[in-house]
Amino acid sequence: MEKKNRSGAVIFSPYVKGEAVKKVVSMKREDVLFDLRESKLKGRGGAGFPTATKWTLVAAAASTEKYIVCNADEGEPGTFKDRVLLLEYPELVFDGMVIAGYVIGAKLGIVYLRGEYEYMLKSLEDYLETMRKENLLGKDIAGKTGFDFDIIIRLGSGAYVCGEETALIESLEGNRGEARNRPPYPVNTGFMGKPTTVNNVETFAAVSHIVIKGGAWYCNHGTDKSTGSKLFSVSGDCEKPGVYELPWGTKISELLELVGAKNTKAVQVGGASGFCIPKTQFDRALGYEDAATGGSIMIFNESRNMLHVLKNFMEFFVEESCGQCTPCRIGNTKLLEGVEMIEKSEFTFGYINKLKELGKTMQVASKCGLGQSSPNSFISILENFKEEIFNSGGSHGK
Amino acid sequence: MENKENRRAPVSQKPLVIEKPKDPSYIGGTISIEINEKKVTVPLGTTILEACKMNGISVPTLCHHEDLCVAGVCRVCVVEVEGMRTLQASCAYPITAPIKIKTSTPTVRKARRNIIDLMLSEHYGECYSCFRNGKCELQNLAKEYGVDNYNFGHVEAPRYEVDESSYSVIRDMSKCVLCKRCVRTCIDLQEVGVLEAVERGHNTRISTFLDKPLLDVICINCGQCINRCPTGALRANDPSDEIWAAIDDPKKHVVIQTAPSPRAAICEEFGMEAGHSLTKELNTALHRIGFDKVFDTNTTADLTIFEEGTELVLRLYKALVQKEPVALPQFTSCSPGWVKFLEHYYPEYIDNLSTAKSPQQMFGALIKTFYAEKAGIKPEDIVSVAVMPCSAKKFECNRPEMNDSGYKDVDYGLTTRELARMIKEAGINLPEMPKGDFDSPFGEASGAGLIFGATGGVMEAAIRSIYEFVTGNKTEDAFANANILPLRGFDGIKYVELPLGEKFGPVPDVIKHLVPNWDWLKGVTLKVAIAHGTANAKKIMDDIKAGGKFSECHFIEFMACPGGCLGGGGQPIPTTPEIRMKRAQAIYAEDESLEMRKSHDNPNVVRLYEEFLTDGPCGHISHKLLHTHYIKRGRYIA
Repeated sequence: MEKKNRSGAVIFSPYVKGEAVKKVVSMKREDVLFDLRESKLKGRGGAGFPTATKWTLVAAAASTEKYIVCNADEGEPGTFKDRVLLLEYPELVFDGMVIAGYVIGAKLGIVYLRGEYEYMLKSLEDYLETMRKENLLGKDIAGKTGFDFDIIIRLGSGAYVCGEETALIESLEGNRGEARNRPPYPVNTGFMGKPTTVNNVETFAAVSHIVIKGGAWYCNHGTDKSTGSKLFSVSGDCEKPGVYELPWGTKISELLELVGAKNTKAVQVGGASGFCIPKTQFDRALGYEDAATGGSIMIFNESRNMLHVLKNFMEFFVEESCGQCTPCRIGNTKLLEGVEMIEKSEFTFGYINKLKELGKTMQVASKCGLGQSSPNSFISILENFKEEIFNSGGSHGK
Repeated sequence: MENKENRRAPVSQKPLVIEKPKDPSYIGGTISIEINEKKVTVPLGTTILEACKMNGISVPTLCHHEDLCVAGVCRVCVVEVEGMRTLQASCAYPITAPIKIKTSTPTVRKARRNIIDLMLSEHYGECYSCFRNGKCELQNLAKEYGVDNYNFGHVEAPRYEVDESSYSVIRDMSKCVLCKRCVRTCIDLQEVGVLEAVERGHNTRISTFLDKPLLDVICINCGQCINRCPTGALRANDPSDEIWAAIDDPKKHVVIQTAPSPRAAICEEFGMEAGHSLTKELNTALHRIGFDKVFDTNTTADLTIFEEGTELVLRLYKALVQKEPVALPQFTSCSPGWVKFLEHYYPEYIDNLSTAKSPQQMFGALIKTFYAEKAGIKPEDIVSVAVMPCSAKKFECNRPEMNDSGYKDVDYGLTTRELARMIKEAGINLPEMPKGDFDSPFGEASGAGLIFGATGGVMEAAIRSIYEFVTGNKTEDAFANANILPLRGFDGIKYVELPLGEKFGPVPDVIKHLVPNWDWLKGVTLKVAIAHGTANAKKIMDDIKAGGKFSECHFIEFMACPGGCLGGGGQPIPTTPEIRMKRAQAIYAEDESLEMRKSHDNPNVVRLYEEFLTDGPCGHISHKLLHTHYIKRGRYIA
């Protein structure tokens, strides 16, 4: 696995394989959690749940059997930063998992690897084997008597919904990938009914750095509410697409300049389930307090038809809804039909407004994050680009 | 109530692991919450839905069913919980913190309407042509929540072909709203598991293994899925048109036998509360509809006790005296759903099944032989109908083995629901009918035959007779009023030991030629067990396989359906634990009101052995007509 010449203040800063593991085994579990809490690290998959809180809950759970799960399903359209981490920085991810095992008291970590990433399975397995040889996995890790932990890798089968943590757990257990009812949450009823923490690849990578350099150091980056840095997967109409590490709080306009985007009309922040931001709002900052994202940044320039963009997203959701709950299964179909009606100029504004209301119902009444976020694009694109969509040539609308 | 402890919930719908304290009065056992700004206290772990119900607040539901584990998929029951960004499914939310709930806010009402609208947009079919018209939960929701327009359109053509392959269950998936009650019934309640969701997104549908027609998968035909389907997506295979045609054909002599459970439940189809038997009113109605004869299936239930009881005695004699290898425990065979379950899942145990036919099929064989001869009617002119609480009876009467009279022994199995429709179609209001009697020669039957309808009933009927046969004493001497209470109730599995004692009477004449005396039963304790619902049956079977305590039983009653026949797949919809309890009460009350409480007291049966089955129970004639064999089907199908 060859590292490209990447630079960044946190994730891509220098790190030696195993150093955080060797350090953590001499620390008290509470102290590690204290550092984490001080860092204010939030889950990097997109939902932004405080990592320290999640780990504390699992650490405090009474069960003797607990699990660490690394969510490497990376299915959100437009994100590919986990791929880079796994291919180029596996030490950060796996060390982070070992740290989690130490803090929480788990014996096993499972990487749920996106089915399409099967090509990297062999090299990851080989890497885990070198960790075992170096006593970074296995029994009495890093010389710490009684600290046993191992990591296995399981492949997904291509369902987007399996990136949702409870559907991921279902899939891991060998079942149809469908989100569970919450509560109870995975922190007390997770994999095989046992307390489980499910974290994103990038979250584990951040933890490895925090253990070495401390929570306060981490807070030096980013903003008050969005500490640290973030990996952004930048794609679309720009000269230099790719993975960038930037501090939280970076403005969209700054990012656009950095990647060489010209004539930009819209930026989709957070993938298909995110929001579409128009030119007038490019001074917004990336971060939990403003434009939150799991890392996907899609850039659209003036040549793009936003209705086509939206149609593409809605087709994705119609196919990828797991189909168990009514709002998501049928709702997305209705939203897509609405887009097609607009396309054919066979709609009424009354009906489109009804669909927007439906979208709001989907956001609050769907069973899991998929259905709750799938109407975001529909609502934001129709709202932010209504001039383009409804007034083009005066041919639309009745 | 029924035992839920052994439920294997589908993993995607795991029941919540929070245990409710048995005694909520201990500190921390209850929690104070607010519902619609009113303070209430509920046991910890109560769902929001239950908490609302306890406080008289109605919350609409669709995928929720009292018998089933939580799904939380239809989302109709969403409510607001203060501090949460999204609405919560009240059926799936266990209360463990002092939350504040609002059940009727603008967001909630809009969400419910939108969700119901969405379901209607995909639900094919017009209400007036649907058998669930007026009894459809989706229709009721639409009415209750003010959905008066197809806001998101309505499907114009069916999406899926109707699967009419099964003798018992017809699946019309274009009407399915994907509540997954059938899936949960099949996997969780019955542990059969032939139904599951396939595909995803908009293409999600409920299907079978490899999309095979229902006839070709290991469906046991219990029809419990029909009872829990909220819409018309599942229904029984209805033969009423053929039956009308037979009634209208002057050349046909149409007879009908009525099982005990339909009589105890059909009142529900006529707007009455559950728990009223309409046995005699039904007799009149059936005559008025045009059935030539109305017979009582309890007669052959009594006959079953003779045949199956004798078979048990013979098996025990072989095991205890002749020391020959013989399959024990003996399993009852009157539930065709259970029989098919065993044939698929435990084919190595088919020798344990009693060879005695079910009462329905015994009756069928007798009607086209004994009765045809006595009445001077050609068997080919007789159309034999059985009204049953059961959808599997439709399959049973079509089994190729069931032609021992030389004709199809029972032509049509009719469910309680279908019969109620026929009665309504004939313009009859059943509850207002004058009382009428059954027709001879199968008129009067015993209360023992009647209680076959409830779980434990077959066993109780058998014990009432076996006890008297063996000890020579009255059952009443051992059990007050001949009510054998340990065998009753809705526990999933019951196990009872009955010491036979040391004093025995003479062997009754009817089986004297088979066993010389009862001395060999001295000191024997009769061990019996009862299971209802195939999930419970499975538990017993696995215990037997492992050599556990049930392997030492002598006789085990199995019923495929929860509650026994009274909870059968042909019974009125809806079904709940409470409704089943009331039906059971109706059955036991009718039993207690009868003079004749024991099968061996039934003069019609005694006369049958004198006049027709002249070589006695388990003799040659009875073997030809009243006994059958089974098929080792296995779990793997071509």
